[in-house]
Order: sequence, then structure tokens, then C-alpha cells
Amino acid sequence: MIEEIKKYREEASAAIEAASSLVELETAERSHLGKAAPLQGLKKSFGSLPPEDRKTTGMALKEANVSLAAQLANKKADYEKAERAKQLESERLDLTENTEALRVGRSHIITQAMQELEDTFVGMGFNVAEGPEVETDWHNFDALNIPVGHPARDGFDSLFVDYGAPGSTLLRTHTSPVQIRTMLEQKPPIYVITPGRVYRRDTADATHMPVFHQLECLVIDKDISMAHLAGTIEAFTTSYFGDGFTSRLRPNYFPFTEPSAEFDIQRPDGSWLELGGCGMVHPNVLKAGGIDSEEWSGFAFGFGIDRLASLKFGVTDLREMFSNDSRFLAQF
Amino acid sequence: MKIVLSWLKEFLPQGALDSFSNEEIGDVFTSLGMVTESIDTVGVSLDGVVVARVREITPHPKADRIRLVSVDAGLDEPLQICCGAQNFAEGDRVPLATVGTTLPSGMEIAARKMRGEDSFGMLCAAEEVGLGHLNDEDGLFILDEELTVGEPLQQALNLSTDSVFDLDLEGNRPDALSVAGVARDLAAKIGVEFIQKKPIIAESARQASEQASVAIAAPQKCGAFAVRVLENVTLGETPQLMKDRLAAAGMRSINVIVDISNYVMLELGQPNHAYDLDLVPQGSLGVRLAKDGEALTTLDDIKRTLIADDIVITNANDEAIGLAGVMGGASTEISQTSTRVVVEAALWDQMTIAHTSRRLALRSEASTRFERGIDSAGVELALDRFCELAAELCGAEIAQGVVSATGEQSPAPVVSVRPARVNAYLTSQLTSEEMQAMLAPIGFETVNQDGDTFSVQVPTWRPDSSLEVDIIEEIGRHWGYDKVAKATLTPAQSGGLTLRQKNRRRLRQTIQGLGFTEAMPMPFISPEDLEAAGLPTDKIISLENPLVHAESILRTSLLPGLLKSIAYNQSHRNGVAQFYELGKVFEAVNGSDDLPNETLTAALCCSGCSPGDNAAFKAVSWLHALADQLHVSSLQIVNEPIAGLHPTRSAKIVFRGKTLGQVGEVDPSVLEQYNVSDRVAWLQFDVEPLLAALVKPPKQKTVSRFPSSDFDIAIVVPNTVDAQAVKATIGKACGELAVSVTLFDTFRSDSLGDARSLAYAIRLQAQDRTLTDDEAATVRQNCIDAVAKKHNGTLR
Repeated sequence: MIEEIKKYREEASAAIEAASSLVELETAERSHLGKAAPLQGLKKSFGSLPPEDRKTTGMALKEANVSLAAQLANKKADYEKAERAKQLESERLDLTENTEALRVGRSHIITQAMQELEDTFVGMGFNVAEGPEVETDWHNFDALNIPVGHPARDGFDSLFVDYGAPGSTLLRTHTSPVQIRTMLEQKPPIYVITPGRVYRRDTADATHMPVFHQLECLVIDKDISMAHLAGTIEAFTTSYFGDGFTSRLRPNYFPFTEPSAEFDIQRPDGSWLELGGCGMVHPNVLKAGGIDSEEWSGFAFGFGIDRLASLKFGVTDLREMFSNDSRFLAQF
Repeated sequence: MKIVLSWLKEFLPQGALDSFSNEEIGDVFTSLGMVTESIDTVGVSLDGVVVARVREITPHPKADRIRLVSVDAGLDEPLQICCGAQNFAEGDRVPLATVGTTLPSGMEIAARKMRGEDSFGMLCAAEEVGLGHLNDEDGLFILDEELTVGEPLQQALNLSTDSVFDLDLEGNRPDALSVAGVARDLAAKIGVEFIQKKPIIAESARQASEQASVAIAAPQKCGAFAVRVLENVTLGETPQLMKDRLAAAGMRSINVIVDISNYVMLELGQPNHAYDLDLVPQGSLGVRLAKDGEALTTLDDIKRTLIADDIVITNANDEAIGLAGVMGGASTEISQTSTRVVVEAALWDQMTIAHTSRRLALRSEASTRFERGIDSAGVELALDRFCELAAELCGAEIAQGVVSATGEQSPAPVVSVRPARVNAYLTSQLTSEEMQAMLAPIGFETVNQDGDTFSVQVPTWRPDSSLEVDIIEEIGRHWGYDKVAKATLTPAQSGGLTLRQKNRRRLRQTIQGLGFTEAMPMPFISPEDLEAAGLPTDKIISLENPLVHAESILRTSLLPGLLKSIAYNQSHRNGVAQFYELGKVFEAVNGSDDLPNETLTAALCCSGCSPGDNAAFKAVSWLHALADQLHVSSLQIVNEPIAGLHPTRSAKIVFRGKTLGQVGEVDPSVLEQYNVSDRVAWLQFDVEPLLAALVKPPKQKTVSRFPSSDFDIAIVVPNTVDAQAVKATIGKACGELAVSVTLFDTFRSDSLGDARSLAYAIRLQAQDRTLTDDEAATVRQNCIDAVAKKHNGTLR
């Protein structure tokens, strides 16, 4: 019987080897390894073997089956692999054909600049304060040491609205009223920035818009000096613009600060850029905010966000920023 | 303010600025708060122009009006020049602009051919080299024959140039609106003496008071009013130096008397005015408030209508002859025939002059100075300086005495200064004495001393200073802002955004993630914009003084601005505009004295939709996405017509019982008004309630480990019942087991009549067990029953 096993095994092995497709392989499996296959039929004749041969014969049969199953599996795997390869080949794509960019929105460059500035100041220990855009003349002027009759208060620079008593309500001309509101709501120490939208009666041109954005920084604490002002501007400058930038103060005038200064930043190439105004909070302003100027002192500085954004992104005409042309907006 | 260097030097010791370059002087000005905007060279600069001698003149072979001139310009070879002038002869010396020279007119001289003949330069008339004042003959400027051939003309004629510093001055430095004031500040900073010469005048025997009188009828508006009388005035030519200095400061030469008046103003900062005394009856000058509607023709020959807030100068007949502090009147103007002059200097109320000048849009050098506040003690000095110059230049005889009247004046204050306070502000370590030594040269003289503390008298030319901090600024300026240390701030608090501010950023990020780009339309619109958008025009807030009508009201909705942006992009063929805006809208609150309602509003829009695209559904999807990201689950959508939106494709959004916003598609007729083609999906809502809603991070719900049971039901419900209500009913019927109720199909047909079929996919799941078929079947039946009962729905 051992001879028969060997013979059938060779026949089956040859059939498996000869199969040239998955279908033929399955046919070969049925006819040589199926229940009806002659190799399997040998089991029935086991009873007729002498008992001493049964063990070796059984082992030979089992070994043949295991070997054939392995051969079959290998062969099958080869065919499956080839078939998959064929299928994949038929699905070939040129991925460079697709150039569609999924539409992801973005914020306006002014918003981008504003958030970056907020993050910079938050990192320096500041909170962010906000206030209304339509303001009382008291918050926008009187409280900021700009008395009635001051030229800044007439209708040439400011946009007044038909609300309340005539001349009492206007679109804020700076974010400084938020300083007053903060002082009135919160006891010192105060460390806030006040980013926001402001309005001036300016005809739009490359460097002016009737609507623009400002950021002011207000500190009120014990023993605040001009050195803190200069140091904070310097810290902001290096933190926002990067290493190699520095800053300086030079005398200037604002009604709401005294002493007042203009601050410039110096680029790494040595050129100077006028950035904004600053100074020690005027005693009259502290008084309007309910703060004793003998006990507390403070500084404030402010600058235009739009201009900063235009410098950063190389925008040469401020009007572009408000054109809402998607070809412009999509660049940043 | 334009400061002429040679003029400035008249107030400084000889040679005080010799060691400074112009740039260094400019830097000192800037360090004092007088920002040097530019430094220009004025006067003739004749680089490239040399003295040439005419050797030979021959006719041009091809032109009658041009001759060929051979000149000796000091070079090895003579030069040939083509020249059209006829007024010169061989041997004459004339100016030659050599090749490469740029003439004052901007003309550049190049070697060229004229009708075939070479020309290596240009022979010039005086005018052409900027020397018109030296020679006004037609033709070439014939120079003195003693001049050396080949020498630069500038050197040959000993012509000098001057420098002009353009200083940007702040409102608190009225004193710097004068050469003397700038010189005083500069002298103190560089540690040299400031020299203010006292004018020297010889008065005649005749009394000024016999020829002129003054009276002030508005003492609260006029602190001082003074005149001097000049006789036998001869109006000759204004000296070139004076003309040049006036021109450098941006003023035109009129006649010598007016020029002197302007010169004194620029020099001392005190505006003053000269009248033809013979045109002033009895020499009587008065000051009073104008009458409403009173007319006055000013020097520029414009008839001005005045109001009772203006101040006028009047004659004996109470007629206005000048607009105080702004501009003189035409009726008493100085002319070439004037021989008797009365010169006036006064101190006017700052605010009054500011308002008059602004109201009439008439800004003059005088009004600029009065607005900021002039030296309250400077009136007589200016009159004397005027007389000194008029005597010298016009041979004027000065009548004896100043005729003056005074009104109300507030005395310059005395301010107490604590050196410790100064040093604390500036982080300086100055002694009291050092501070006083910085202040005295700029006029802040110490009047009292108590230990370290000292008091200074504020000078009359610094009306801006009245507090200790003002003095600290003066010390800081002269000590040097560049010496201020840079100290690190050490706030006790840690900075951060509020939860609301963080949520606002989260909202932005979500909107941007949905594909929207932020637009920033102007917040100003016109009432017509609102009407075109179908929006109400009550509650609008108008600007009192808009620049243009198109920007005359504050927006009450973000719709007009975004529609304009879409129209703009469509007209530029920029493709689909998918914009969002986050900004304030404004509404009047009736009967309130508080500020108007300002609502932080977000709007999302997408253009380019077709009617079949169902733009409104798209917009609703945005809303659901935002609600999901902000963890807001209780938004209600209520179908109803919304102003400006498609009447049958719009809904209001309700959150916690209040209207939050609107969603849908923009009304096609509104789009037509805005020239927008296709359809526009629209979502607009108040932002603050959503920002306030997300206060705590969401708590995790355990995901069930047991399999879900899923089934679908299709129910026919009347069209009047909205799908949101059906979904809510089904959700409730499923109870705790409901994981999701999803509308996956809507079917309408004639056979269903006034109803439609809504198909829902329902997923049930329990936390603690696998649901049995029976349990699912029960829930399913509950759903069907509930919809039948509540909405008259039937299983399809």
C-alpha cells in the first residue's frame, strides 16, 4: 500500500503542479484530495493490512496529505497574489490628474494679526478687554483728558451718530475708552490689552481707512515707571517681530498720557519704523477711572493693527484689505 | 514748521552749531520731540554750471535762429555750443551748464546735435540757473569780466545755500512754531546760550495814542490787544534774504510790510497784522464778537458769513475789518501807496480761533498758532520787532508808545515738583539741582524751594504745562528719553483669554473648517442698501456727519455688506464666494439714553447655488455643524418667512426661547437688486448666546459594548408638520434606548396629497444588554403610535 500511496501522491502533486489557473487548481484539489480521490479511498483498505504495517502506512498517508495540502495552499496563494496584482494593475490612477484643493476657509489677515498679538500679550501676562464701538463722548473724550472744545472733538475727525443728546454719541475714535471702562470695572493692578475696531472721518486712500483696528496696552500698578513702559514695548517687539528687533522712545504728545512718547522699532537691517504712541497714564485719566494717581501709576501704548498686518504681509494699499476680493483673501 | 538754519543761528552764539552736521542737528530736534521729517538745501545749487568765455560766434549752416558758439570753459579744448540767444558778443563771460548738469527746472543737459551740429552744454540765462533775482534781462546772463574762466559759478558769485529742517510739531509745543522757540529748546539741549536780542527802535516825538485807539468789548475772548503806529513808510523791495526765508517757510512775498509781518510771526511765533492807517477812520480799532450773519471780505477776497462765536476787529463805525486770529480784512489792506501803518498784535482765545478756522475751513499760519496757544507775554516784543524791521527796510518813523488794552488772562501757573517722583517716573537718578538746571534754560525758573521739592514758574510760552507730570516730561526730554532703562514687567497675574474669547476662536475655527473665508465689508451702508435687501429701516442709527451718503448709516444686518462682496467677486469672475463675517450690527433702542444695541453677529454665505441645489438645506447643515462643535443641542429651526430671505425657504433659529438668527436662502429678488446671479445660501446669528452656552467641557458618555438594533420606518405626515417635530416625537418614543434618529428619505407624490412620507433610520442600543427582537419591535410600535397620535401620521 505504501507503493500506492506514493503513486497517488505523485499523481496528485503533478496535477497540482500542472494546474494553470485557480479553477484548475480547485479541480485538482477535488479529484486528488477530495473524498472521492483514490488516495483517500486507501483508508478504507486499512483494515486489511497486517496490524504491524498499519502504523507506518497510516503515517505515510498522513504525511502525503499534509504535504499535498501545503503544496496546494502555496500554489493557491501564488494564484491569488497574481490575480490581486492583475486587479490592482487594472485600477491604476495618475494621481497628478487631481489638482482640486478642498476648500478650507481662513481668517482675514487683520484677524490673524490680532490673534497673534493677543497671544503675544497673553504670554506676557495680559488679559484681553473689549468694549462698545459706539461710545459716549465722555468715555471717548472727557475721561481721556480731551475737554469740551478740543479740536479733536469736532465733527472733522470723528463720526458722530444721531443718538442721545446731539454730539453725545460717536463711533469710538480709538480703543482708549476701553481703558476707562476697565478702570471703572476693575481695581488695580490692571494688565490688559484692548484690541478692537475704531473709526475716523478719513476718506479711504492707500494709508487711511475710515475703519481700522487698534491695540492698546494698559498697565496700572504700584511704582510703574517709564522703564516698565520701555521694557514692555521691547519685550513685545522681540516677541512679536523676532530676535534682532529693538525699540526706542522719543518725546511726543497725547492728551491722555504725560510724559508722552512715540515708539519706533528698529529692524535687523537698522532701519526704523514708527509704530505707535505711548506714555504714562495722565493723572486726569486715572482720576476719571476712579484711581488715585498718588497711589498708583501706569502706562499705556497703542498702535494700528492694520498697518502691522500690511507690513507683515506686504500689502501696499490698505484698501485692498477691505476689498473682499477672494483673490486677495485667499493668499494668506 | 520749516526752520531755516541761518535764521536759527541768529539766536545762538557764533559757531555754536559748527561741530554739528545737519543730520546731527536733525537728530537733536527729534530727540526733543520735534521730529525732523526732512532736511532740504535751499537757495541756488549750481553744481555743473561754470563760468565760460565766448571765443567765437559763427552762423549755424542750417538754422537762422541758432548760432554756433565756441567757448573756453577752462578745459584743454574749446567747446562748441549751439545757442539761440543774441545778446552776447565774443569775449563775454556767460554761465555754461556742462553736460550732465540738472538745472533748477529739472532739465538735464546732455551732449546733442542741433540740426546736425554738435552742442556740448547750454549757455544760460540768469533765470535758468535760478538767479532770476540777480539779472532779469532777456538772453544770457552776462557775467562780470573779472570772473575766472572755468570756475564753478556758485563759487565765482559767492552764492550761499541754506538748510531747511521740516519739523513735525505736536499740539503741546506752541512755542516751537517759531524760530526763536526752536532755538531756545535746541540751545538748552546742546548746552549753549539762547540769545534773544531786544529790538532797538528809535521812537519819534509824535504820540501813537494821538493817532490810534483800541478797545476790547469781548474781554473773555481777547487777553490783550496792542498796536503801534508807523509813519512815512515807503514800500520798497523786500530784501532777498527775507524773501528766501519766507519762501523756505512756505510763504509768498506780498509786499515789504506784509513780509515783515509774516517774518516776525515766523521768528517769534506771534501773529500780527498791519493795517493801512489811512483806511481806518480815526485810527480806532475795536474787538467784539461777530453778529450772526455778519459779512466780512477777508484778504483772499472771499466774502465770509460770520456767527456770534467768531471774533472780529472793528473800525470806528463798528464795521468788521478783520477776522480775529484768522485773517485780516480786504478793506484796510496794505498797498504800494500806503504811508501810515498801524500794526496790531493780540492774544485770542484758543478754542474760539480753532472753531472759527475750522468752520470756515480757513487755516492760516496765524490761526494755527492761536489755536495752540501763543506766548501770552509776547505781544509787545512782536510789535517792537516789526517796527525795528520797518524802520530799517521802509524808513518808517515809529510813533511813541504802544497803544493797548487787556482782557481776561489766566496767569501762568506755578508747579511744585518732587524730585523723587521725577526719578521714579523716569528711573533717573537726578538731583533736585540737576533737574532745575535742565528746566531754567527752557524758561521754567525755580521760584521756591522746600528741601528737595521745588516750584517752577511755567513760562508764558508753554500754556500746555500745568501739572507735575508736565514738568517731568520737560525734564525727561532734556535728560533724554534714550536714557530710560528697559525694565521687565512682573505682573502678579497670569494672562489669558476668557472662556468667551476662547469660544469665539473655536467658533471661527469651526466656520473656517467648513470652508468659509473671512470677509470684512465696511460697517457703513446706506438706507437704500437696507431697502434693496428687503430689511426694515426703523431702528437705524445714522451718522451725523457721514463722508458720503453710501456710508451714512450703521448696518443692522451683515446681509448688505456680504451681498456687495459677492457681487464684487462675481463681477470679477472669481468663482464661488464662500464668505463669513464676524462683526457688530447696530440698532437703536427706543426710549433709552444708554448706548444703542451692539450685537456681535456671525454670518455665513455661499454663492453660486442653483435653485435645485437647495441652498437653504446647505445653510442648515452649516448650522448643525456649528451647533455640534459648540456642543449646543437645543437649537430650534422654525420655518417662517424672514425679511430679505426666500419666503418659503427660510427659518428663524430659536435658542433657549429667544430668536438667535436666521437660516435659508437669500430672496432672489434681493439678489437681483444687488446684481448677484445664481442663488445664495445664508446663515446669520447672534454670537454671544452661543459663546455663553459652552461653559464646561462635555462629559463623556460611555459607548455601549452591546450590539445595536436598527430599523427603518416610513411615515406619511401632513406637510404642515415639520420634520424636526416628527423626529422629536420619535426620539421621545424610543426613550433612553435611542442612539440616533436619522431622516434618510423624503418622498412626495400626488397620491399622498397634502402630505409626504418621511423615512427614518433608527438605532437603539442599551448600555447593559443586547436588545431582544421583541424589545425592538415594541419600540418600533411605540414610534408609529406616537407619530400617529401626535401628528396624524400613518405608516407607509
